[in-house]
Amino acid sequence: MSITFDEIEIGTKLPTWSRKTSFAEWNRYAAVNEEFVPFHMDDEAGRRAGNEQGAFGMGNLRYAYIVNALHDWIGDEGRVQEVGCQYRAINQKDDVLTVVGEVTDKSTIDGKNVVRLDVNVVNSSGEPTCPGHAVVEL
Amino acid sequence: MSDTEVSYVTAEMHKAKGVWGSSRTAYPITDTDIRRWAMATYYPERPPRVYWDTEYAKTTKYGGIIAPPDFNPFAWSLERPAAMARGLSGARPDGKPLTGMNGGQTDTYGVPMRPGDVISARSRLVDWEEREGRLGHTMYVRTEIEWRNQRDELVKTRMSIAIRY
Repeated sequence: MSITFDEIEIGTKLPTWSRKTSFAEWNRYAAVNEEFVPFHMDDEAGRRAGNEQGAFGMGNLRYAYIVNALHDWIGDEGRVQEVGCQYRAINQKDDVLTVVGEVTDKSTIDGKNVVRLDVNVVNSSGEPTCPGHAVVEL
Repeated sequence: MSDTEVSYVTAEMHKAKGVWGSSRTAYPITDTDIRRWAMATYYPERPPRVYWDTEYAKTTKYGGIIAPPDFNPFAWSLERPAAMARGLSGARPDGKPLTGMNGGQTDTYGVPMRPGDVISARSRLVDWEEREGRLGHTMYVRTEIEWRNQRDELVKTRMSIAIRY
């Protein structure tokens, strides 16, 4: 069930949202976003781009995971207003990516219930890869 | 800092800075485009019904299927965006190709995209910065993108950072 505005407090955690990512996920995303960049598709191209472990995942897919985590939290009646993030680390093959977030502010503006969060995507080692923020309306 | 002043900034970038490029228009969005997008980004789980179940979506406040906010209607366009034209993404003085990476973005959303919508986009280079990084000399380029639908309603603004090294 999605959360209500009244249930949210400063410090409320976003329910964790995880995906193991590899070529199965990357290729599907490449297909819908027409993102056939060699270093996302091929290990040798990934190494040529400076990643010794080979191909690596799309930043845009991590962004999508943040959006999805927010949507699943606020439900179909909520609205994602803004999402921003920086891609600070590479998403390696077979990483389990987990979207995390914490409420930093809540307010009612012009009758709209608005919640601001810090968000991130952490990898299998618990390292943050994608610090950012989000604003949602409930 | 390097002893030699290296720059990947081109004359084309200086000329384009702050100037909105020409608008381009995507093909009309279909419900299949939306369903495939949601299936890919939720894989292997089933995506929310508001993205694919017409009858259910009618019961929501949106009154019909909407696209996920991050949906890209410009995928599979035949025309490439003007911002990607040669010279606007920088160039190495030695002529070797630059590698590009997505440095991040902030998207602010307006009205949702729906099946049948026709989205137009325009973009402009905002500014850039160059510094020495883990991958050598690196350029960070900020671009602003604006999307509107066929009713001229604002769908999205994006401030993105492209990394070139």
